Amino acid sequence: MSDAVVPHRSEEGAQAPPGAGWFRRALDSDIFYSFRRSKMTMAAAIVTLLFFLLAIFAPLLSAQNPFDPAQLQLMNSRIPPLWTADGQSPFLLGTDEQGRDVFSAILYGLRVSLAVGVAGVVFAGALGIALGLIAGYFGGAIDSLIMRIADVQLTFPAILIALLVNGVAKSLLGNRLDETSTLGVLVIAIGLSFWVQYARTVRGSVMVEKNRDYVAAAQLIGLPAPTIMLRHVLPNTMGPILVIATINLALAIITEATLSFLGAGMPDTMPSLGTLIRIGNNYLFAGEWWIVAFPGIALAGLILSINLLGDWLRDALNPKLR
Amino acid sequence: MLAFTLRRALQAIGVMIAVGVISFAMFRFAGDPVSQIVSIDTSAAERASIRQSLGLDDPVLVQFGRYFINAAQFKFGVSYQFRLPVADLLKERLPATLELAVCATILAMVFGILMGVYSALRRDTVLAKLFQAVSLVGISLPTFLIGILLIYLFAVTLGWLPSFGRGQVVKLGWWTTGLLTLSGLKALILPSITLGLFQMTLIMRLVRAEMLEVLRTDYIRFARARGLTTRAIHFGHALKNTLVPVITVAGLQFGSVIAFSIITETVFQWPGMGLLFVQAVQNVDIPIMAAYLLMVSLIFVTINLVVDILYTVVDPRLRATVSRAS
Amino acid sequence: MTQPVLSVRDLEVEFVTRRAVLHAINGVSFDIAKGEVLGVVGESGAGKSVTGLAVIGLIDPPGRISAGQIELSGMRIDHLPPEEIRRIRGKRIGMIFQDPLTSLNPLYRIGDQIIETIRTHTNLGESAARKRAIDLLAEVGIPAPEKRIDGYPHEFSGGMRQRVVIALAICAEPELIIADEPTTALDVSVQAQIIALIKRLGRDHGTAVMLVTHDMGVIAETCDRVAVMYSGRIAEIGPVQDVVRNPLHPYAKGLMGAIPTLAGEDKRLVQIPGSMPRLSAIPPGCPFNPRCAFVFDRCRVERPEPVKHGTQAVACHLFAPATESAA
Repeated sequence: MSDAVVPHRSEEGAQAPPGAGWFRRALDSDIFYSFRRSKMTMAAAIVTLLFFLLAIFAPLLSAQNPFDPAQLQLMNSRIPPLWTADGQSPFLLGTDEQGRDVFSAILYGLRVSLAVGVAGVVFAGALGIALGLIAGYFGGAIDSLIMRIADVQLTFPAILIALLVNGVAKSLLGNRLDETSTLGVLVIAIGLSFWVQYARTVRGSVMVEKNRDYVAAAQLIGLPAPTIMLRHVLPNTMGPILVIATINLALAIITEATLSFLGAGMPDTMPSLGTLIRIGNNYLFAGEWWIVAFPGIALAGLILSINLLGDWLRDALNPKLR
Repeated sequence: MLAFTLRRALQAIGVMIAVGVISFAMFRFAGDPVSQIVSIDTSAAERASIRQSLGLDDPVLVQFGRYFINAAQFKFGVSYQFRLPVADLLKERLPATLELAVCATILAMVFGILMGVYSALRRDTVLAKLFQAVSLVGISLPTFLIGILLIYLFAVTLGWLPSFGRGQVVKLGWWTTGLLTLSGLKALILPSITLGLFQMTLIMRLVRAEMLEVLRTDYIRFARARGLTTRAIHFGHALKNTLVPVITVAGLQFGSVIAFSIITETVFQWPGMGLLFVQAVQNVDIPIMAAYLLMVSLIFVTINLVVDILYTVVDPRLRATVSRAS
Repeated sequence: MTQPVLSVRDLEVEFVTRRAVLHAINGVSFDIAKGEVLGVVGESGAGKSVTGLAVIGLIDPPGRISAGQIELSGMRIDHLPPEEIRRIRGKRIGMIFQDPLTSLNPLYRIGDQIIETIRTHTNLGESAARKRAIDLLAEVGIPAPEKRIDGYPHEFSGGMRQRVVIALAICAEPELIIADEPTTALDVSVQAQIIALIKRLGRDHGTAVMLVTHDMGVIAETCDRVAVMYSGRIAEIGPVQDVVRNPLHPYAKGLMGAIPTLAGEDKRLVQIPGSMPRLSAIPPGCPFNPRCAFVFDRCRVERPEPVKHGTQAVACHLFAPATESAA
């Protein structure tokens, strides 16, 4: 049975550089075909890309730097959006109570949200993949220890774990916690909340792959274990990991936003979308709806488009699941 | 059967010990137990003697044992913020959280199952597609945004429902309930919807997927070949087989609902354990955080255990494999 | 001639897919008389099971009956409204599926499943239906039926479960039983018992039986007549001893060659080279022509229609009246 299955990357295959040929193959593939067929997915991809571009080029696109107190003027505070009767240029989406342009704040907040989300997913992925490889490859006591921890952790919602990590970090760091280190704490909190799925997936495929002939052959010619795992076993798990990462990116952004909304995330001095929503929420009763509405719409749109992308990716890579 | 239950119970105890270790580590190392008791002007010598009397110089294992015995008697220390025993604070907040969680779960189950069954049986109708779209939005909208949206609509704009608090509550012994007054019930509506919406979309998607799966099975085909009515096939055979895994998941989700109530309680200033916990995180009130972790874990583990046992009661196949294995 | 229980004429079933319309059944005609067992044999994908499902009205979209007619005791039953064909299923036609392990709902006691079926099709009350269920279980050879009736499917072995499935199929005294590979999923030792049971029930109740199988041994032992199917058509049909001893169609010859006999030990088992074409790539003319040892030009262009040849009917140009038999 097993000798009939040719691993898609043998020793020689691993050296083939992913160059132009790879790109051509990608264009011909079923995945790209299904991508072009789904208008919804196309739209989601474009919107996601747009959000990333807005975040990257935020300083060029915004009317002011919302983090620079010198650029904020109190006389500009609480201006409604431009298209309403009291709107004022250049404040497209109005301003908040400090005279901060809501549109600029959203662009910068988007930066923070995306940075934390992406970094959190990368950290969670790295941690989960490493632990999964170790558990699957070595098995035995290490395996059961890691997987037990995973089992226990999986019963708890990520937000609870993230809040706990956050609380403990605050307690340990105390006053030394500035904007940058808060960012780091959030990334770690999110990473520690989401590693389990990667670990389980990777472990599962390692268990399958490690008994294959080509792994035995690699062992025979004396390749060290880490090399075998990274070069031969890991590439086979990339599809599912990509799906998990995409869906987790949405979850990570939600988690960060929720933490910030709860006042356990980014501070007012370097707000993410969640922080902006928390601040804006205080002005909802006064009728200043735009301070909370636009960051909320931005956040919802971002998550929705990433989720759509993730759904499509999951279906495209796994035809068995509708 | 007994062996299975026993094994699961042992696993549950294992989880609780693990959580206990984490909780103890937080309590002991992230927080400073001495500062619970002393004020700023306490001298170093006094602090040392308090350390001594609290046993903080004992070996860590001894301290852990003591912490564990105390925790088992619901003695979680004193809150930094409130200067009150954590156990009392939690007990006071517990009814609010449980009432909210139960209401949200019932809401989620009823509507989730109805919508899921409908969209599985009438897959190509407009309404089914609408449900699918709503479920995607429900999963994509963060809970707090839904809460804000509902407040803006029903409290700020329409003024129909209160935007915060529990309304009037009635005392039944140490339990306080908002279910017996009109203002209490009105106050419960928006938070329950907010908290239940995510679970509802989850249950709806699960019911739909499971039901479609079941409808493809051989025994459904055979039931049709036997000439049973569509109603008997859909609502007798298919639904029962669908609901077994769904009820398991929904049961397990109850723990998550309690944890997620952290967010809902913050949005609606609902005086439950979740709000207490968030305030503890904001104010670095380690004893409350450690105790909350223990409490929620206990609820989780208990629910898991109950669901596991219930599952074997509902599904005769599992009952068989379980008794054969033991 | 008395009226046959089942009469199928020029039946066509097609599946509409995104790429093409696939013809799963392509002009199939046969009759089954009261008390007769018709074996339907062929490779997987030949259309045996689809024929059975078409008769009982269980072809689901994207599949549909596109032509032909099906009569049950003279009453036309294809294209009946869903509710009416539902009343016939289980009452006048009983069906037995291949896998007894998955045919029963695991969450219901077998008694409840039988009683439910009886009460759907008769006016019996709960207790009368239960009594009848016990009788049925006894009839299909379940020991201690009054006790086993409250068992769950997983408490029965594969063979016992297939007996339960049979009890379910006959619980309303149907005129016709369609058994779709009823023994394939069972142990060899149990197979013979189940076949014997189906045969006995057919004889005792005068039920017509359509026995779908790919096991020529089962056919030879059980059936009165046999239809050999290939690529959605009947290649040859006739009394079982004639078709087995003297198969006419080259495909049937190959199939009969595939029955090992004790007598002819020196003869090699004949293998048919190649495999049946996929539904999307049925060749023009006779669908068997690429694999046929006797193929000639006409086979590649013209589709052979079944012609009478003694007791048998065969769809092959070798036996067409217009042509002298060649090569």
